[in-house]
Amino acid sequence: MTTSTLDTTAIVTGAEPGSRAARKKKPVSRRPGAKKSASDWVVLAFAVLIGLLIAAPILLILLNSFKSPSDYASNGPLSVPQSLYTDGIVAFWERVDFPVKLWNSIFISGVVALGAVAISVLNAFALGIGRVRGRTWIVVLILLANMLPQEVLLYPLYFMFKAAGLYDNTWSVIIIFIVIQSAFGTYLLASVYGTFPKEVLEAAALDGAGKWRILTSVVFPISRPTLSVLLIFFFIWTWNEFLIPLTFLVSNANQTVPVAIASLQGDRLMDVTTTSASALLGLIPTLVFFLIFQRTLTRGITAGAVK
Amino acid sequence: MTTQTTAPPKRRPGSESLIPGTRSRTFWVYLIPGLALLTLVIIVPLVWNVYLTFTSYRGIRPPEWIGLENWVKLAGDSTFWTSFANSIAMILAMVVVPTLLGLVLAAVLFDLVGRKFGGKLASFFRATYYLPQILPAVIAAIVIGWILRPQDGALNTILESVGLGGLAHNWLGSPDTALISLMVILVWVQIGYPVVIFMAALQRVDPELYEAAELDGANWFQRFQAITVSIIRPEIFVVVLTGTIAALKVFGPVYTLTRGGPGDSTIVPAYYAYSEFFQSQQVGYGATIATALTIVIAIVSVVFIVVQRRLEKQEEAR
Repeated sequence: MTTSTLDTTAIVTGAEPGSRAARKKKPVSRRPGAKKSASDWVVLAFAVLIGLLIAAPILLILLNSFKSPSDYASNGPLSVPQSLYTDGIVAFWERVDFPVKLWNSIFISGVVALGAVAISVLNAFALGIGRVRGRTWIVVLILLANMLPQEVLLYPLYFMFKAAGLYDNTWSVIIIFIVIQSAFGTYLLASVYGTFPKEVLEAAALDGAGKWRILTSVVFPISRPTLSVLLIFFFIWTWNEFLIPLTFLVSNANQTVPVAIASLQGDRLMDVTTTSASALLGLIPTLVFFLIFQRTLTRGITAGAVK
Repeated sequence: MTTQTTAPPKRRPGSESLIPGTRSRTFWVYLIPGLALLTLVIIVPLVWNVYLTFTSYRGIRPPEWIGLENWVKLAGDSTFWTSFANSIAMILAMVVVPTLLGLVLAAVLFDLVGRKFGGKLASFFRATYYLPQILPAVIAAIVIGWILRPQDGALNTILESVGLGGLAHNWLGSPDTALISLMVILVWVQIGYPVVIFMAALQRVDPELYEAAELDGANWFQRFQAITVSIIRPEIFVVVLTGTIAALKVFGPVYTLTRGGPGDSTIVPAYYAYSEFFQSQQVGYGATIATALTIVIAIVSVVFIVVQRRLEKQEEAR
């Protein structure tokens, strides 16, 4: 599914709620510890309840991945594991050759992120700073890549990559996602570059810098914070992709983490806690990214930059 | 990234670039790699796919031209119409419910929790709500699918242990509950998206507005309606449009959990196209379904954007 590809404004995991307001206003009324009524506590309880409901499935997986099937059968899903049972995780790890899948996903997502940022910068430089004719239409055309259901590309791409000898090769998926991710990147960066400080460009031009030099030594460094956010999003979005890796990476050795885990679901040999362990192995990498990138993503990036 | 929230200045006419002394035409060279790749990966396959809709093609012998036959078949294909009816259920689960719930949650976190209990706590809740969004959709589906396992699933086991064994059910395996279960999964996946975006949007709201309204005796719901919803309307549009497109394109959870079944009860257009491609080997027909889906997405996007423009203009005229 491609919901994540469309999280356009998810880049907006803005600063702390209320922080800007707090700066503007006298701090008295916004300080925690202000007068709280009973209804405030009810609302807080409601927020906690929703949070628990949303986190519960993940906590359940965590709890049950370390149980033996018999422990699960006798004590149910809510009990604490009797002993730390890791056979399920180990069995699944070995069965799918997890390190290989992990490497495939890291390699594909990493190369896509770098490639898509590079293409986005080049496109946006021409569109936002170069202001070539018909730029609005070019952006619309490029955005097509992001809006289309990927099914329309499937069969023709299958033939093209087969003819090129790239079928069942990670590079086929890399090329496709460089295009799809850079579509969003171009859209975002072109509008950011459209408001690039003109004085800076003028100064560089006066110093005799050519276009390429201005791009590499002025535009690129100044827009680095935006680019690093794009890099992270492209990485995670590509990591989460499913349909195209599923159809283009058929052999076991090339599969990505989500494809490998999904294709073993319903397998006869998967007992209840091994299945839970398989879900856990799928959860862990993204949870790690979330923790690592949380701060980069919340560094005061605003909705205004997206629109 | 700029930290300004103001709209970019209006584009000036003319063909000058932002770099003095350079003509905008000379920038075309920077578009070459991007447009070449776009042509190769998107435009050529898209046109090719449209051609396939006019052919009978089973993947082995070359495609055979059959004119509009696939399109005629599509119009009378009840499975196809069921798949679109299910798309409406997906929109309900990925757009309507999360947007409404997201509005309330964002307002609660920003207006009450953030104000009375501190921004840190509000941020913590926001991160928790957002958690399912960062998971690959198929992994999210597997997580919930695990809980809904028919015999030994957590939900059924818990129901039995509290004496409600009668309610235990093969949630994803029976036609009466499969679609609803799938919808619950998608609500869970999607809920964090509007919350995060609406909370960022709420930063634009001047807190004095709320305080003034409070002093004037407006209750929470009145403030919510009059201030919150009207100020973050642009974001509501973004969430509804992107969510609708995503809902129309749903594939991964259906593929991993139900394969469209039992029967056609959870079939969606994307999965139907996929199964025509790779199970029935009816490539021409699969291409037709995929193209029809593309047309629907294009129409939805255009309608949304036109409506949004209209509303913006009305607003300005006022």
